[in-house]
Amino acid sequence: MLADRDSSLGPMKDLVLYLTDVAGPLRFAPYELVAMVAMLLFGAVVVFGFVLPVAGITSWLERRVWARIQSRVGPNRVGPQGFLQWLADGLKNLMKEDIIPSAADPWLFALAPYLVVIGFVATFAVVPFGDVLVIADLDIGILYITAVTGLVVVGVLMAGWASNNKWSLLGGIRSAAQIVSYEIPAGLSIFPVVLLTGTLSMQEIIRAQGWAPWHWFLFHDPFTFAAFFVFFVAALAEGNRTPFDLPEAESELVAGFCTEYSGMRYLLFFLAEWGNLYVIGAIVTTLFLGGWQVPPVTEHPVALAVFQLATFFAKAYFFVFVAMWVRATLPRVRVDQLMILCWKYMVPIALVNVVGTAIWMVVVPTSLGRVVAIAMTIGGAALVVIFFRRVRFHLRRARLGPADYYYSPFI
Amino acid sequence: MSLSVALFYAFAAFTVISAAGVAFSRNIVYSAFALLGTLFGVAALYVFLGADFVAGAQFLIYIGGVLVLILFAVMLTHRIADGAVSNRAAGGPAALVAVGLVAAVLGRALFKARWPVVDVLADGPTTHAIGDGFLGRYVLPFELASFVLLAVLVGAIVVSRKELRS
Repeated sequence: MLADRDSSLGPMKDLVLYLTDVAGPLRFAPYELVAMVAMLLFGAVVVFGFVLPVAGITSWLERRVWARIQSRVGPNRVGPQGFLQWLADGLKNLMKEDIIPSAADPWLFALAPYLVVIGFVATFAVVPFGDVLVIADLDIGILYITAVTGLVVVGVLMAGWASNNKWSLLGGIRSAAQIVSYEIPAGLSIFPVVLLTGTLSMQEIIRAQGWAPWHWFLFHDPFTFAAFFVFFVAALAEGNRTPFDLPEAESELVAGFCTEYSGMRYLLFFLAEWGNLYVIGAIVTTLFLGGWQVPPVTEHPVALAVFQLATFFAKAYFFVFVAMWVRATLPRVRVDQLMILCWKYMVPIALVNVVGTAIWMVVVPTSLGRVVAIAMTIGGAALVVIFFRRVRFHLRRARLGPADYYYSPFI
Repeated sequence: MSLSVALFYAFAAFTVISAAGVAFSRNIVYSAFALLGTLFGVAALYVFLGADFVAGAQFLIYIGGVLVLILFAVMLTHRIADGAVSNRAAGGPAALVAVGLVAAVLGRALFKARWPVVDVLADGPTTHAIGDGFLGRYVLPFELASFVLLAVLVGAIVVSRKELRS
């Protein structure tokens, strides 16, 4: 509520109180109006200063990572290592003509990309970056995220219908069927964590974990471990990522629901897709990997905030990288395989995870739970070691050339 | 008039206007998309009432689920945009009577009810109270509702699958 002066504004309350003070520069303006403008300005700063660059830089990163996986170079001309390619692409698309096909429905055609972008930008309101670095720590944080991403589906369906094109319509319908289906295993995989913490708030979920891996919910018990994988795969499917990118499958549907789009409207869909990658990484980090929790090395508030921010970013971007890696590795699934995977495997597994976690909480005593968490952490570390040994073995067997050329990400 | 009251009226007007769009649009696809505004406006009104969990659930279930399924069904229907209604006037008088009756009941409820006015809403989390209510005082209605939903789901599968019907 805007009328509640104490809780709604958070860190900005002092600023607004100063501005509307009897001697302040805005003493004639009503308090609530100043508060609302301050909130809107803060939101705009976050959107333009953080959300859009994150999506843009992710696009550059994805093209470079792909290129290295496919033994190509990728964009490397604009700026150091091609880092500013996203700005050049954005400018180019902004200056292109905004074409609306004559047979399309002009209003809905123009509106659809905005709905998709709103659905993705709105999630940033509750995504935490540190102990104090969060726009709004809502009590229903994780529910809010799953709810507002529903706007993306509506936007995609709108784009598909308004384009008046059979590829677009097929793409939109595929996307809706896919997202509605995979919302169920994704939502059910959030439940174990909510059961363990007893809250929906993103910050409280992170505070219930610790900086060490054996305090993460990933290694809490076998059911949360399985829930983590179910959630990540379902989130990839919800984000229309390969191997689940049927709505925009080039070989079947030209470009799916965005076939008729051009210029910046076309780019907005992809902005949302790349930005969503970061959101997926951030949610996974929050729910299962301890979020911004850091070892107690410093007391200084600024240093601590920076350390937490860096930790959260590193974890979230690791999953962004995994999503790119998956996209470069796996072929696209068929529609029937997509539905079978969801309804015959992931939904039952997710249900077992919910019930299993509930039983675990009642049956397993705390001391045994701690032993299991440490054992699972050791098992996870062993898996990572085995993975790197296998990769080294295959690299050696392939007899690749000079190591600095093949392993370095820079060319 | 304070800003929150102005915002309340803005959201209420938005809800009513998009509801009118749902009712009066000639094209059923426009009606379905106008429903987005109505459902969103209702969620915003829940936020004004301090019911954050209900607002989130409204958004998740009605926009993320129900609306998408409606759109899905509308788009799978062949040439739905230019379907012609043969006799527009047929339902008129009956509808007028029904609307009059509903308006009378609603108007009576509106003027007879005592509306409790609360100055400052408790701005705390509502999820715990809702959970306690569902599994405590209202456990029987809650479980009955879930049984009804389960029966509906099973019934929908039986009706839609030919091999099960015969």
